[in-house]
Parts: sequence; structure tokens; C-alpha cells
Amino acid sequence: MSQQKETSMEQPAMRAEAGGQGHAAAAGKGESRLEAIAAGATIEADIHPELRAEDAVLEIQDFNLWYGDKQALYDIAMPVPRGKVTALIGPSGCGKSTLLRSVNRLNDLIDSVRIEGDMLLNGDSIYGRSVDVIELRRRMGMVFQKSNPFPMSIFENVVYPLRIDGEGNRNVLKEVCERSLKGSALWEEVQDRLGDSALGMSGGQQQRLCIARAIAAEPEVLLMDEPCSALDPIATSKIEELITDLRGEYSILIVTHNMQQASRVSDYTAFMYLGRLIEYGPTAEIFTNPHLKETEDYITGRFG
Amino acid sequence: MSSRAVTTRSEATARPAGTPPGRLDHGVRQRTRRSRVVTSMLAQGEPLMWLTGGGLVLCCVMIVGLLGLVFYEGFRTFWPQPVESFELVDGQTYWGEVSRSEEFSPEPSLLENLDPAAAEAARAEMAEHEGELRRHLVRTGNFDLTSEHFNWVSDYELVDGQPTRPEWAIVIERLSWGRFYGQPVAFLEDGDVVVEGADAVWDRYRAEHPVVRDRYDRMRHLETHAMARLNHRVEQARLERRQAELDHGLDSPEWRAADAAARQVEEETAQQFADLTDEIEALRAENARQAMRLETATGQTAEISLGEIVRAYPANQVSTWDKISLYASRWSEFLTDEPREANSEGGVYPAIFGTVVMTLIMSLLVVPFGVLAALYLREYAKAGTMVSAVRISINNLAGVPSIVFGVFGLGFFSYIIGGAMDQAFFAAKLPSPTYGTGGLLWASLTLALLTLPVVIVATEEALAAVPNSMREGSYACGASKWQTIQRIVLPRAMPGIMTGTILAMARGAGEVAPLMLVGAVKLAPELPIDGIPPFIHPERSFMHLGFHIYDLGFQSQNSEAAKPMVFTTTLLLILIITGLNLAAIWLRTRLRRKFVANQF
Repeated sequence: MSQQKETSMEQPAMRAEAGGQGHAAAAGKGESRLEAIAAGATIEADIHPELRAEDAVLEIQDFNLWYGDKQALYDIAMPVPRGKVTALIGPSGCGKSTLLRSVNRLNDLIDSVRIEGDMLLNGDSIYGRSVDVIELRRRMGMVFQKSNPFPMSIFENVVYPLRIDGEGNRNVLKEVCERSLKGSALWEEVQDRLGDSALGMSGGQQQRLCIARAIAAEPEVLLMDEPCSALDPIATSKIEELITDLRGEYSILIVTHNMQQASRVSDYTAFMYLGRLIEYGPTAEIFTNPHLKETEDYITGRFG
Repeated sequence: MSSRAVTTRSEATARPAGTPPGRLDHGVRQRTRRSRVVTSMLAQGEPLMWLTGGGLVLCCVMIVGLLGLVFYEGFRTFWPQPVESFELVDGQTYWGEVSRSEEFSPEPSLLENLDPAAAEAARAEMAEHEGELRRHLVRTGNFDLTSEHFNWVSDYELVDGQPTRPEWAIVIERLSWGRFYGQPVAFLEDGDVVVEGADAVWDRYRAEHPVVRDRYDRMRHLETHAMARLNHRVEQARLERRQAELDHGLDSPEWRAADAAARQVEEETAQQFADLTDEIEALRAENARQAMRLETATGQTAEISLGEIVRAYPANQVSTWDKISLYASRWSEFLTDEPREANSEGGVYPAIFGTVVMTLIMSLLVVPFGVLAALYLREYAKAGTMVSAVRISINNLAGVPSIVFGVFGLGFFSYIIGGAMDQAFFAAKLPSPTYGTGGLLWASLTLALLTLPVVIVATEEALAAVPNSMREGSYACGASKWQTIQRIVLPRAMPGIMTGTILAMARGAGEVAPLMLVGAVKLAPELPIDGIPPFIHPERSFMHLGFHIYDLGFQSQNSEAAKPMVFTTTLLLILIITGLNLAAIWLRTRLRRKFVANQF
């Protein structure tokens, strides 16, 4: 990922030098703003005022992240509204997934990662010294790019978060299983074969099972990392419907490469580029009337 | 594949023929030229396919050949052979079973030294068979009379040129002295002839022998079980007295109590010993009362008491059905009895038992250790020079000659650990060692060390094959590292771990060299698991099929007779290892079915 970033960084950087200085001054013109970013300038993100009115479930505060010597995220500061779907878009290597994985501290598993700044989940620090990572992750659910059901039965997959929490009451587990599977629109299809291996399901079903697992423990935030990228169109539309159904009940932060998907399912959209947040606002505005030309260029497919 | 390539090429040359001349002309010419170039053999890949296929075939042929030889020889051993009578021109007569025949080219001097009739026959035979003569190795038995087990007989020495099959030649398998070949003459009771004539004697023998065998079994049972139990009791009392002496000193009250107890046990058991000995003697005397008088091929007579006879049959009269039942009875003796006659006859039950128990204990020891080590290496340790060094060392450990492990096992387990244990817990028995010598436990531990790399490497590979997305999914659910390993990684890696276990078992069960140092013996009087408390005796030395094979074939006095047993024992070893592996594979399949992966 950092490799990608490096190569994409080089060319605009050279052009920026050729074009002259005036990084911050060129804020109004799309090309030059991106060039400025590529050259390493700090640029204030354009956060729409509507967001200030929202109640934030997750507050990202001046978050920086490095993979070894390479910085992958620059001063990300954004609120994630409660009960809404927030989409992260941007070209490959812009740090969307990194940001998402920083929320539940999955990046901790990588030795070379170093961070600065903090995030607040319902007011509680995520990166504080005394934070129990395991406890923290239990407050969130995550759905991955490629479905990753565990090698066990459908039932056990869904109740896994409760099992590791030590919940042994069969009735509770059954209830949670049913509620989660209904929540992920899978109940009708699998209610007769809960004991079967989860690995025998179709790809779309597996991904919905992963969603069921993610919502089993009533997460405060649901993180989705390109949940449809490995699915066919029909399965994709099912997942999208599901996300729409989950809106309101859960706060969802979703990374997507698919612009139409972002516009269809999300309430707010954040556009990221080279590890920086560029523009963040209500989806309708971002897609129809963005403040910045760069955002418009990306959305209309002029670059990225 | 190559034929398809050829058609494509000819199409390529044919197509441009119809195109108009001009700019394309150049292209046409080029294509035509290229099509003339003969593809090299290597490029076609055909010879390489044959090379690789040939390599595979060679491997298959070797495996099939090995198994075929072992199976053929192993299954043949117990099939009853006819008894042939070889009457030689020099007046000698041999009765026996032909154990093998071969052709040979005689030295010219051999013919010159022969008597004229035989030389004539030999020349005739050589003329017929391109200068080669045929000779047979005949198992003539009767070692007590002739001091020989086997004799070579050449065809030209025979009186009629052909061996005959005497109707009443009887093969007798005895408790001692090996086989006996002869013709029944009389049946004796208490030294008096009661029946005469081959028919009648044989009928009488068949009526009496089962009763004798029952008595023999009873006697064996008394000798091994009842006697052993008494011995154990006396030994225990003595050990307690000695322990009291060590702990509290001679003439201390404790010692006096123990001494009194030991004396009492000795008194009690003395009577029981006497009773037992009497009973055994009575059975033995009863079995010695009846005997069969037989005449050998050379006219000597011998009396063999029925108690001595394990099995007898008129080899040239038995029907196919009788042969099958003899075959089955020999196999069952082989599988369930203890060996006799310096291991060259009887069964190998203690060796089967020792092999299986040792392999299982070894697996129980090696799998948890190997899996734990691999888990740390793969899941916890941070990649670096240290981990690489450890990994390389483990891989190298797999290449260390097994005898080195044997030496280590003897020096470390037996002498150091076992010696310390003896000092601490079994001081009463010293100087005779309990754990301070080779034994089942030390052998299992040594082999566990030997097979540890196999398990670690296989487990590491299995762990590496678990997709990282699963681990991340588990972490994202709020699972701790150990919960992830326990619930996701290990179950998923289990089939691979089982594969490692199977490989380790196969390697360990067939290993002999280190066992010779750490506990496998030629003859173990007691099994490592028996009815005497504490029932499991990991300090005892044991018999092992692999060692038994070596011992049979190359260490016994009558190794010619033992050779067929080598094959049978090898066959058994292969079957047992296969059985153990099949059990593990069955287990693995069950596990794998649980985690069947049919994604998309």
C-alpha cells in the first residue's frame, strides 16, 4: 500500500515543482490543491457545517499514522455521526482502510505502525494508555473486504463474540443468533441449517453472516471495509439493502471504491486523498454540489 | 498437445495464401519461413514428460516391488509345505521341507570326485540345462539327533532323480530343538506301548493332544501369572523393609515392624510357592506320561512326549481345508503367543504390544510439545534472526542420525534423570536400577525428541496456512490472542497437525537404532502393562518388532529357519504402522469434514 502511494506521489510532486510554488494559495484550483498535497503541504479539510449539528458517536482527533517511516494518515479530524451511514471514498492507497482499521486498533497487530492523536468512542479514548484493546473491540463490529466466516457452524459463527465473552446460556445465544441473522436478512435462508458449516454457504451469504456476527454484540460502531468488493451484483445489492435497513439502528462507517454505492447507501461521505481528508459532508451535497473541484473531479471520474 | 500445435501452424501458413500481394507479402514469407523451423524436443516438452513420468514409474515399481516381496514372503511362511523324501545314491536319506531351490554351475572338479552313477546323472542334467545343476535347501530338522537343521541336496544325487512324498511323514513343531520329521510307530503311556501302527498312533495322538495342550496352557498361566504375583508380593515386602532400613536405620522400630511383615509374607508365600510348584510339577508330569515314538528317515527312533508337541500334522495327507486351518492356527500363535526357541519360533505378541504402546506414548508426548513450540514460533515470536536460527536448528534436528538420539536418551534420560529418580524414589532397590536403565518411558521420550521436528514443521506450515483474515475477524470480534488461537487457528490447522502426527508416528514406529540403547530388548519377561499394581510400568524394558526383526534374522543360532519369520515380522510391522496411520488419517478426515472449505 505504501508502495502504491509512493509511486502515485512522485509524478504530481514533480509537476508541482515545475508549476511553481504557492501551495496553500492555490486552494481554489483543483489541480494545484492536489499537487500541493502531493508536495507535502498541509491543507485544511473542507468539512460541511451540517456535520457540526450531528451527534458524533466517534470523534477522530488529529490522527496521524506511520508505517515505519512512511506516513499514511495526516491530521485526520472528523466526527462520525450517530445512527448514520458514513462512507469513506478516495483512490487506492489514500488511507481509507488504514483509517478504518485504526478505529478498532487492528493496526496494532502490525509491528511497524506508530500513531499520534486520538479517537473518542462515545467520549472514551481509544488510544489512551489504560484502554483495554479487547474490551474496546467488543464495542465495535467489523466486516471485511473478503468474507471471513470461521471454520465452525453458522450458529457458532454468529454467537462468536458472545462466546468469547463467556456467555454460555443457550437461550441467550439462540435469541442473539436469531436477532442477528434477522438483522442481516439471512434468517429465512439458514434457519433450518444453523448447525451446518458456515464454509458451505455462498459468497454473499457468507458476507451477510459476517455482518450478522458483527452486529451480534450490539456494537456502538459498525466498521465495513469494502464489504461488497468480492461479490457479484445481486449479492451486492442485497448487502446494500441490508446497510440501508441497518441505518438508524447502527452507526456505520463504510469504506468503498464504488461511487454509486457510496451515493446509494450513505448519509455522509468523506473524500480522502494521499492520507488526508479533503472534503466531508452530506452525501447528496458531495455528489451533486461539492465545495471543492478536486472532489468533483474524483467523483466524475476525471482522476483516481 | 504437440499435434494441436502442428495444426495451428499449418493453418497459419495456409491462410495468408489467399490474401492479395502487397504489404502482406512480407508477412506471408516470414510465416512460411518460421513454419519450417523444427521445434526442438525440449520445447515440445514431450521428452521431459517422459522423464518425469519415468521417475514416478521407477518409484512406484520400487514401492510395489518392496511391498510385493514382503507380502509374498510374509504370507507364505506359515503355509504348510509337503514333506519330501530325498534318497541319495550314497545311501543317505533326508526327509524335510524344501525351503528354497537354486541353479548353480558346478566346478569341473566336483564331477570328477563323484561316484560314476551320480556323475553320469549330473552330466545328463547339465547337458539338458545349459551346464547348470539344481539343488535344494531342505529343512531336515531333528536337530537333537543330527545336529543339523538344514541340508543341501542336489538333484543328481537322488536315486530315482525325483524326491518322493512318504505318506506318513509327520511334521512336529516342538517346544525345543526345532522341528521333527518322522513316521509314527507307537504311542506310549508311562513308557509302555499302547498302540502301534501309523494310523492308530495318529488317531490316538489327535484324541489326546488337545487335553495335553490345555494342561500346558494352564501350566503356563500358573508360571507366568500366579508365580509373578507371589514374587511381586515378596519383593514388595523386602523393598519395604529395605526402605525402612534406609529411612530409619537398622533395628529401629519401623524397621522391626517392616521386618516382621516381610517375614510373615515370606512364611505365607512359602507355602503358596510350594503349592504352586507342586501343581505345576504335577501338570508337567501328567503331560510327560504320554509320548509318541517316531522313526526318522534314517531309521533312528525318538520318543517325543505329548507335552513337548505344539503342533503336528501328516504333511502329505492334509487336505486344503486342513492346510488353511493349520495356516490360521500358526498365524494366531504368531500374533498372540510369546516367542520361544530364542525368538525364532512362537509368537511376537510382546513385540506387537511393545511397539504399539511405545508409539502411542511417543505420540502423546510429542504432539503437545511440538504443537506448543510451533504455536510460539508462528503466533507469538517476532520474526527475526533468533527465530530464524531456532527454525533452522529444528529443521537440522530432523537430519541428525537416530543413533545420536539413542545415545542422548541413554546418557540423559536413563543415566541422569533415571539415576536421580532411582536415588530419590527407588533407593531400596539399588544398586539394581529401576528407572536408571533403558525402559519404555525413556524409549518413548527419545523417539518423541527424534520426531519433534516433524511435528513442529508440519504444525508451523498448518498454522501459516490459516488465512490472516480469520485471525483479524476474530480480533475484530474482541477475542484475545489465545482465544483466537484456541477457537479459530488451532481447529483450522488441526488436519495439518494430524498430518504431522501421522508422519511422526510412521517415523517413530519404524525406528530401531535408538531403541537398542534405551530399552528394547531381545526378550522381555513381562509386558509393560499388566495386572500387577500399578498396572502401567513405564520403567520396564520392552520388545519391539523392529528390533525383533534384526534379532531374528541376524542374531539367532538357527537363522536359516528364522529367515521366513523375518519377512512375516516385517509384514506385521508394516501392517501395524499402516493401521496406526489409518487410524490417524480417519481422525483427520473427520476433522477436515468439519472444516470443509467450498468457498464460492
